[in-house]
Amino acid sequence: MANANQPTFPSKPNVKLSNPTAQKLHLKLDYDQLTNCMRCGFCLPACPTFRETGLEQESPRGRIALMKAVVDGIMEPDQPFQDQMSHCLGCRACEPACPADVKYGQLIEQARDAIEEHAEHSIPVNGLRKVLLKEMFPHQGRMKWLGRSLAFYQKSGLRKVAKGTGMMRLFPKHLREMEQILPSATGKGVVERMGTVYPAKGEAIARVALFRGCIMDVLFADTNVNTVKLLSEAGFEVVIPDEQVCCGALHAHSGELDSAKALARTNLSVFKEAGVDYIVSNAGGCGALLVEYDHLLHEDNEYHSLAKWFAPRVMDISKLLIDHGRLPAFADSSASTEDPITITYQDSCHLRNVMKSASAPRQLMRQVANVQFVEMKEADRCCGSAGIYNVTQPKMAGEILEHKMEHANRTDARYLLSSNPGCLLQMKLGVAKHGDSSRMEVMHIVDFLYERLLETK
Amino acid sequence: MLEQVIVQQLRRIVGIQNFRDDRESLVVHSYDGTPMLQSLPDGVIYPESTQQVSDIMKVLAAHRIPVVSRGSGSNLCGGTVPIQGGVVMVMHRMNTILEVDQENLTATVQPGIITAEFISHIESIGLFYPPDPSSMRISTIGGNIAECSGGLRGLKYGTTKDYVIGLEAVLANGDIMRTGGKLMKDVAGYDLTKLLVGSEGTLAIITEATLKLIPPPKSKKTMLAMYKDLYGAARTVSRIIESKIIPATLEFMDNPTIRVVDDFAKLGLPRDMEAILLIEQDGDSEAVERDMERIQEICKLEMADLVEIAESREEAEKLLTARRSAFTALARLRPTTILEDATVPRSKIAEMVLRINEIARKYNVMIATFGHAGDGNLHPTAATDARNLDEVHRVEQAFEEIFEAAIELGGTITGEHGVGMVKAPYLEWKIGKPGIAMMRGIKHAFDPHNLLNPGKIFAKETRKRVVITRG
Ligand SMILES: Cc1cc2nc3c(=O)[nH]c(=O)nc-3n(C[C@H](O)[C@H](O)[C@H](O)COP(=O)(O)OP(=O)(O)OC[C@H]3O[C@@H](n4cnc5c(N)ncnc54)[C@H](O)[C@@H]3O)c2cc1C
Ligand code: SF4
Ligand code: SF4
Repeated sequence: MANANQPTFPSKPNVKLSNPTAQKLHLKLDYDQLTNCMRCGFCLPACPTFRETGLEQESPRGRIALMKAVVDGIMEPDQPFQDQMSHCLGCRACEPACPADVKYGQLIEQARDAIEEHAEHSIPVNGLRKVLLKEMFPHQGRMKWLGRSLAFYQKSGLRKVAKGTGMMRLFPKHLREMEQILPSATGKGVVERMGTVYPAKGEAIARVALFRGCIMDVLFADTNVNTVKLLSEAGFEVVIPDEQVCCGALHAHSGELDSAKALARTNLSVFKEAGVDYIVSNAGGCGALLVEYDHLLHEDNEYHSLAKWFAPRVMDISKLLIDHGRLPAFADSSASTEDPITITYQDSCHLRNVMKSASAPRQLMRQVANVQFVEMKEADRCCGSAGIYNVTQPKMAGEILEHKMEHANRTDARYLLSSNPGCLLQMKLGVAKHGDSSRMEVMHIVDFLYERLLETK
Repeated sequence: MLEQVIVQQLRRIVGIQNFRDDRESLVVHSYDGTPMLQSLPDGVIYPESTQQVSDIMKVLAAHRIPVVSRGSGSNLCGGTVPIQGGVVMVMHRMNTILEVDQENLTATVQPGIITAEFISHIESIGLFYPPDPSSMRISTIGGNIAECSGGLRGLKYGTTKDYVIGLEAVLANGDIMRTGGKLMKDVAGYDLTKLLVGSEGTLAIITEATLKLIPPPKSKKTMLAMYKDLYGAARTVSRIIESKIIPATLEFMDNPTIRVVDDFAKLGLPRDMEAILLIEQDGDSEAVERDMERIQEICKLEMADLVEIAESREEAEKLLTARRSAFTALARLRPTTILEDATVPRSKIAEMVLRINEIARKYNVMIATFGHAGDGNLHPTAATDARNLDEVHRVEQAFEEIFEAAIELGGTITGEHGVGMVKAPYLEWKIGKPGIAMMRGIKHAFDPHNLLNPGKIFAKETRKRVVITRG
């Protein structure tokens, strides 16, 4: 067979590119992956931006062809090209659809990384990006400060003042809308409330570490607390290393690969130190990067073996409970078998497409007595949240959300569950804008389950 | 680049947004599912009605600008690569099911509708549209018609041509022509409907189609048979048909495919098997039971090493996995996958497969074969790397011999993917000089200025294979 022969041909085209961004793209893009795409188009129906616009350039196949055209010297990486790269939600629904196993997620990160080095963002976007990505997320201390400030703003009446004086009008509309549905923030995260070790109920099945997530711990700290308690109920001893930092997902997806790698290294050391069997995540967006630390650091001689130890041990809470846990009984006491309450579920794209955990949450929801799980149409499609996409690409995100809510409303569910903070916020926004918040409540699956634990708490 | 006046005329017809000539749009309409082909158009247009298509054609014809109609660009013959530039006309916006007529059992659709969406709508109202190409989740009905696509159900139910009974099409000069209708019989003149089916966008632009529907079968059963002897598998196929049983599906995988699938899907397939047959029958449950029993006997008679009948739908799904994974497994093997569709009379399958394996060895390339054994339609699939020019050249030589072998055995160079650019140099081998002359005459009658998908079907020269690198 010919593949026994050693390749004697150049793996990348030998072209002279004068544009510096094109040179960067030539350097960073994995040309094997670009070649692997056979342009069959099987990914098109899975892609939300293609479905929204019907345009080939808004599809995975189109974006890959654009990247390849730049590297091949057929096209300059002009502004429309760069815009196209930012239009992608990064939801990675195209990957499971691809027969050739093209690693689209890696390609888009490489492209953004190359573009980022020469990027000129508009001033407000740039400001926000910089503050969030460089100054806030990497520092859990500052995140707590942000949590405290936000909590102060929300509770002190300042929020009312801000609204009353019209100060909020200074922000773009989509940010104002977002501000209104933000849950109550806190400066007191899961460690402050529970300490760093929490025992298993009964004999411990395994020792697991909670990845608390920086946004989770500020905006959804209760969910983190419930996660720990649920794990304990199911027989896991939980440790929460306080030195852990942001996963780096938002950095990686925005082309700040170096920052992402630095964060990954810190986390690897911290979790290795913790001596655990699994690392549990309750946020699909974070978990998906954690399981790919081995790829992120594949060129890092020092940390790659540690990353290879780490990655397969990362598990989503639902999957860990289903696969290894002693499942407690769940029931909704406000309803009955004859008259159950209805729930539905929005997949977190990264949980589904990267962590491949679509069935575990559904199995869990089906186990709750007096509850009827209704699958909403296209639950597997991105909600438009996609990290900070709804901040940077409000128009497309808004259109996607509107369609999403048509399907959600049709289920007439009392609870709309999800497994990732970004999705939760986006779905809250969706219900506020296109639904009826008095009839449909958005909730993390962990909170829903924990509140319906039958026995002791 | 099109002249600004022409661009303005086109934009007046479809609106500013729906004609594009920015670099991004051109690049992403320069390819289709065919490996190693790329050529940029001068513009891309998205019509939304027959009238718009007609108006566009009038402008393009007046300026002698080529037009390439395009569905989802999933074809495997270079059918939508704008090799002579011009305008790519994307049909996606014309994607409505105009009518389902339950009295006449017909559906009338616009060409841009996705095949799978159409099929699922038809099934949701309890009817059946059989042509099911593996690409149906992405392909359009217009593309299916223009390529006369087939699918797994082709043996018993036929291919796209057996279901198209009426068409509306825009001719090269912009005239709108209607053919056929909701008619099961119609001999009013030449059968232009069937002529347009499989015409690969070279005769007219299809803007509406009336399709025949049938009642769905009541039940279905699936079975898998494995053979150490290739001829045993081939004889099974012939004997089944001889016994006057036409299975709904009769799929085949050869030994290289079995190995690749097993590596990929870890199904624990016996790697020393020379062939696997996947057989499905549908219809009334009694008849299905009877047929399946008889088929099982035949398999055993022909020394199948293992025969498995699925007792439930889940089991059937499991049996189907191997065949379904064939393409995916091959696609992951190497960067470039070349999928051909040489077709032979079904009595010659064993011989053809052996010839393919021999040829692959001769040129030292990896070719695995699977396909629709029931209708003799094989998919010899090469796993290679477009960047390895030497190897790609050997793959091309191998395919050339494979086409030759197919024709020698009374077969054809393409059973369902179409001629396009890729097989144009070999068309004469199949239909001879008079055939080519006749087809050229037809082309000239429809499209005197050669504006509709130029450079397809007819090659400048016979035999030498056209390959444009970089792509
Ligand atoms: C992985 C894979 C599997 C496949 N499996 C099968 C299979 O099982 N069976 C099979 O038969 N094929 C198969 N194909 C080939 C291909 O999908 C079919 O040929 C399909 O019908 C093409 O549809 P499309 O909408 O993508 O058409 P396109 O590729 O866009 O166009 C195909 C041809 O149709 C013409 N055309 C498109 N729309 C119109 C119109 N409205 N009017 C006139 N001409 C038009 C184009 O000019 C072009 O010549 C497969 C392809 C891939 C990549
Ligand atoms: S499905 Fe994969 S191989 Fe096919 S076009 Fe999309 S990315 Fe390319
Ligand atoms: S990641 Fe999501 S939005 Fe981006 S190309 Fe893939 S499917 Fe489309």
